[in-house]
Amino acid sequence: MAFTFAAFCYMLALLLTAALIFFAIWHLVLPEYLIHFFFCVMFFCAAEWLTLSLNLPLLAYHVWRYMSRPVMSGPGLYDPTTIMNADILAFCQKEGWCKLAFYLLSFFYYLYGMIYVLVSS
Amino acid sequence: MSAPGFTNLNSSISYGQNPATPHRNGPAQTYQPMHPPTGCYGAPPQQQSYPTIPAHPAPVPSKAPITNSAHSANYYRSNHHQQQQQQHLSQHHVAPSPYSASPSSAPPSQTYATLPSSAPPPSNAHYSQQPLQQQHHPPYAPPGSYYGPQSYHAPPAQQSQQQPSLVPAPAVGPGAPVYPIVSYPSAPGSSQFGTLSSSQSAAAHGVMPTQMGAPLHQYGTTRPASTAAVQPGYGVAPPSHLAPTVNGQGGTGHQHYDQSQPASLSYDSYGDADHPPSGTPSASVHSSPGHHQGGDTSSSSTGSASPVPNSYDNLEGGSYPDSMPPSNHMTNQAAPYGNYGYPGMPPAYHQGPAAVTDSSPSHDPYGQSSYQQYSQPFPNMSQLSAALGGLSGVPELEVAALRPVNLLQERDLLPHRPLEAPEPNLSPDLKKVNCCPQSFRCTLTSIPQTQALLTKARLPLGLLLHPFRDLQQLPVITSNTIVRCRSCRTYINPFVTFLDQRRWKCNLCYRVNDVPDEFMYNPVTRSYGEPHKRPEVQNATVEFIASSDYMLRPPQPAAYLFVLDVSHNAVEAGYLKYFCESLMDNLDKLPGDTRTRVGFLTFDNTIHFYNLQEGLSQPQMLVVSDIDDIFIPSHDSLMVNLKESKELVKDLLTSLPGMFSESKETHSALGPALQAAFKLMTPTGGRVTVFQTQLPTIGAGSLQSREDPNQRSSTKGVQHLGPATDFYKKLALDCSGQQIGVDLFLLSSQYTDLASLSCISKYSAGSIFYYPSFHCTQNPTQLEKFQKDLERYLTRKIGFEAVMRIRCTKGLSIHTFHGNFFVRSTDLLSLANVNPDSAFAVQMSIDDSLADSSLACFQAALLYTSSKGKRRIRVHTLCLPVVNQLSDVYAGADVQAITCLLADMAIDRSITSSLSDARDALTNAVVDLMSAYKNNVCNLQQSGLVVAASMRLFPVYILSLLKQKALRTGTSTRLDERVFAMCEFKTQPLQQLMRMVHPDLYRLDDMSDQGALHLNDTVVPQPHLLHLSADRVTRDGAFLLDCGNVFYLWIGKSCDHLFIQDVLGFPDYASIPATMTHIPELETLLSERVRAFLDWLQDKRAFSSTLTVMKDNSSAKASFFQYLVEDRSEGPFSYNEFLQHIQQQMS
Repeated sequence: MAFTFAAFCYMLALLLTAALIFFAIWHLVLPEYLIHFFFCVMFFCAAEWLTLSLNLPLLAYHVWRYMSRPVMSGPGLYDPTTIMNADILAFCQKEGWCKLAFYLLSFFYYLYGMIYVLVSS
Repeated sequence: MSAPGFTNLNSSISYGQNPATPHRNGPAQTYQPMHPPTGCYGAPPQQQSYPTIPAHPAPVPSKAPITNSAHSANYYRSNHHQQQQQQHLSQHHVAPSPYSASPSSAPPSQTYATLPSSAPPPSNAHYSQQPLQQQHHPPYAPPGSYYGPQSYHAPPAQQSQQQPSLVPAPAVGPGAPVYPIVSYPSAPGSSQFGTLSSSQSAAAHGVMPTQMGAPLHQYGTTRPASTAAVQPGYGVAPPSHLAPTVNGQGGTGHQHYDQSQPASLSYDSYGDADHPPSGTPSASVHSSPGHHQGGDTSSSSTGSASPVPNSYDNLEGGSYPDSMPPSNHMTNQAAPYGNYGYPGMPPAYHQGPAAVTDSSPSHDPYGQSSYQQYSQPFPNMSQLSAALGGLSGVPELEVAALRPVNLLQERDLLPHRPLEAPEPNLSPDLKKVNCCPQSFRCTLTSIPQTQALLTKARLPLGLLLHPFRDLQQLPVITSNTIVRCRSCRTYINPFVTFLDQRRWKCNLCYRVNDVPDEFMYNPVTRSYGEPHKRPEVQNATVEFIASSDYMLRPPQPAAYLFVLDVSHNAVEAGYLKYFCESLMDNLDKLPGDTRTRVGFLTFDNTIHFYNLQEGLSQPQMLVVSDIDDIFIPSHDSLMVNLKESKELVKDLLTSLPGMFSESKETHSALGPALQAAFKLMTPTGGRVTVFQTQLPTIGAGSLQSREDPNQRSSTKGVQHLGPATDFYKKLALDCSGQQIGVDLFLLSSQYTDLASLSCISKYSAGSIFYYPSFHCTQNPTQLEKFQKDLERYLTRKIGFEAVMRIRCTKGLSIHTFHGNFFVRSTDLLSLANVNPDSAFAVQMSIDDSLADSSLACFQAALLYTSSKGKRRIRVHTLCLPVVNQLSDVYAGADVQAITCLLADMAIDRSITSSLSDARDALTNAVVDLMSAYKNNVCNLQQSGLVVAASMRLFPVYILSLLKQKALRTGTSTRLDERVFAMCEFKTQPLQQLMRMVHPDLYRLDDMSDQGALHLNDTVVPQPHLLHLSADRVTRDGAFLLDCGNVFYLWIGKSCDHLFIQDVLGFPDYASIPATMTHIPELETLLSERVRAFLDWLQDKRAFSSTLTVMKDNSSAKASFFQYLVEDRSEGPFSYNEFLQHIQQQMS
């Protein structure tokens, strides 16, 4: 049993995912995307391909979502002129809940992954 | 009346100003505590309010005249009162009989009479009870109660008082200043009625107050607990509230007066009525009623707080001193009362639901008769609305609307006259009061019960609103209390249910609310106890004068800033001269009052400000060339008072066109100019009018040309429909936050990226005008249109710092808005400016089943500051039946509204997704509808396309939409024109939009007088509508195409010479010039008919349309034929092909 880089990645992801769970509710868009991107890179470096592949769809979604954001000079995703349309509001909320579920599941997955890596190495 | 008095007071305090909270906090608590005591006390508290009146009187002597003459402010009532009163008074004073005679007062008077007479004999309890009951019905009930106690207890004292008052009154009466007398005589009470009177009754008052004063105090003391509670509320309320309200209202329009006047009249009459009796002991009783209302009015009239309070105390004391003993009695009696009188009383006063119920039972023992009589009308009402609601159908109409139409076989689908909005299937009573479809329209006039049913119907559910439309007739209501539902804040409207006299049930959230006492008086019929006859409950569109509760800051003055492009390009186009001329002509017609402010700002590559400070000999131009960091060179002299600086403004307008005629500057710093405008307007808010002639090229917000002319007729999809930068959007949001609306006039011959520029207006609730290829000499048609539009624009009504909230029946929810505004919360639209020509649309969904209601209601409330600095609320309420059958949904479908809503949705889609996506969605809408109808409703296994008759025009309209500039592909369309068409779709009212989508085609050369309209002394022929197809346009005819903002008169090659001679004034077809934009005024019958018809069409729209006469061979032919949407001349489909396409899609 040794503390490998992969285990470190899992531990970091575990902590960060806990933060993401809250961001999914609070809609702090950029921090959320950056953190998720950050530990995706970590997993890439640690060669945890399975975990990375699980996260890739969300990563792609984030990239797409930010690319297709309304025309804005500043950073951000939500346009004040349209966000109050119930359709968009509902969509954003639904998106938030889905991500919350994903992060919760991945939280436990990382926990498992960390222990597994620790035990197996 | 006690009730009214209370309510008024309360209302004035809590209600009026703190719509929601006040009620609960102050009123609710105060009420009940107050009232119960009031039952006995009732009178006293009211009187307290009175006192204010007396107070007036006391100070009044001098005031009296003032109020009469000057005090519009006091109340419209007062004014009216005064006037009327003066008349009345003269009569009244002279002869008491008039009073009794006064019709309105009659019922109350009877009650009174009965009361006094009957009351005294019976026990106190009786008294109180009867009065209560009677009173309840009419607002007066409370007064009755008052009376009861008063008369009983204090009869002597009151009598004495009254007598004195009476005496003086008569004395005065003869004299010119009758006013005081009347009110006074009624004195304590009466004063309440006619504020006027109260204030007016000067001399008499003096006496009265003193007497009163003493008693009041006693009163207070005697009834420590109850009165104390009450008084605080009152005391506080009346002075403060009244004053503000009065002030605000006083200024307000005469319109208020109308209603208020009646009210005042009624009051007066009441007072009068009282008087006659009052002459005797009974009079005192009357006075109390007077108090109630008078209290309100008086309080308002008093306006100035200081005198009031004192008077208040005095008055109360005065009136009550007599009553004081009664008060004691009251306490003694309390037990008996408590059981009987109290229960009854509270209801009246408090309006508390519980109380009401109690009251009725309690009444029964007492005087059932009176109560029942009163109460009867209510049940009827409620029964009507509830039972008749959606059920009583108009079967014939429905059947007609449901008749299956096979589109492949029936070709003549158009009605002879332009389509009217379908009538909701409501009971005649509700239909009569329902909101005018031009202001408020729903896509489905029968609301499906569930979302599932709506989905099944495949039709969009939404509302189309035109809330600030110019109206011929608009009831304006001034009242201390704007009656609203306590939980959902809905304004009371014709579709609420009155459970009984004291309670109404909100039609949106179904909460049971109390009817404020003030509401019991009906100013129109001048009677009490008929809340269901109030104008608010008789009209689906009303306007309230709002109190200071509805203001976040003092109402802003009208402020207009004109931002003018003076670059070389603008000088070339030559608009400046015409703008200055037009503004000069309309300077006096700009909506506003003495506070109106104007300012000017011009820009090319620098920004020029104009100092117009009063006192200057000529306007000073201040140039700011640092466009990267714009600043305002002078803060108080750039936006100037129009009245004070009118000469300078005129100077400027005269010299402006010449100042830049040599300009060679080609750059345009629109962004910095807008920033400067924003900074200039921030302190006040108001309207910024921007004239722009080219693409902004330097400074913030500069844009690049994004249009590729080669792609104009591409069928693949159109790029760049959205903004290139969010600069304009952000600026617009800043403007919206500061209550600045930006209107954009775009006059350009080249691409100016309207998609980006339009954001400045879209989100600040402005309007957009676009004149492609504008040139003052080369394009006279555009110039004429520009001038006409400008005139309308400058003189039309305007509302500032507005918000609009749309509420709908529980279970329905709004999810998307269309129009120019900023959505501040899910149901609140922030409108920096609101103008009478812009419309809005919302999409709705059904969240919960509407099964527990037969009616669905929608209310749009627009709160705005008028150009006169008054805060007003315009409320529209629409009521529609709820149905649970798919066929009923189809029967009530409004095809025009559906088309307009779909157009809005398609435009959203084309911006967020793509144009082809939007077009597919429109086609699919038709396919879905057809399939749904075929599968679910139509049992006949017919081949072909079958649709309900109500929707028979749907495919035509959708096809027209697909061929509109906004949505068409494959035809050369400039990007700016396309974007402008999209903006128009979002903001034009339905009628105008439908004419643009599907123009009306008439044949003019064979018009007959059959079915013609006779307006005044002109005969307006009503030719039949024709299908938009070239086979309807024959060579031997003359056709008029009405496209909304332009008329085309098409003259066929072999058109009748008679028509050409009589209407156009030319001998034959060949001599008609190629460009002709006017029809000469000839003295022939045909010419008169044609012009009458054109004028009649013109009258119905806000902006005047231009006319173009077209010859069969002219080069402009294409622009005529592009409107014939049923042909294949444009776009991929003819109507037949479109139908076949749909049929294929369905299978």
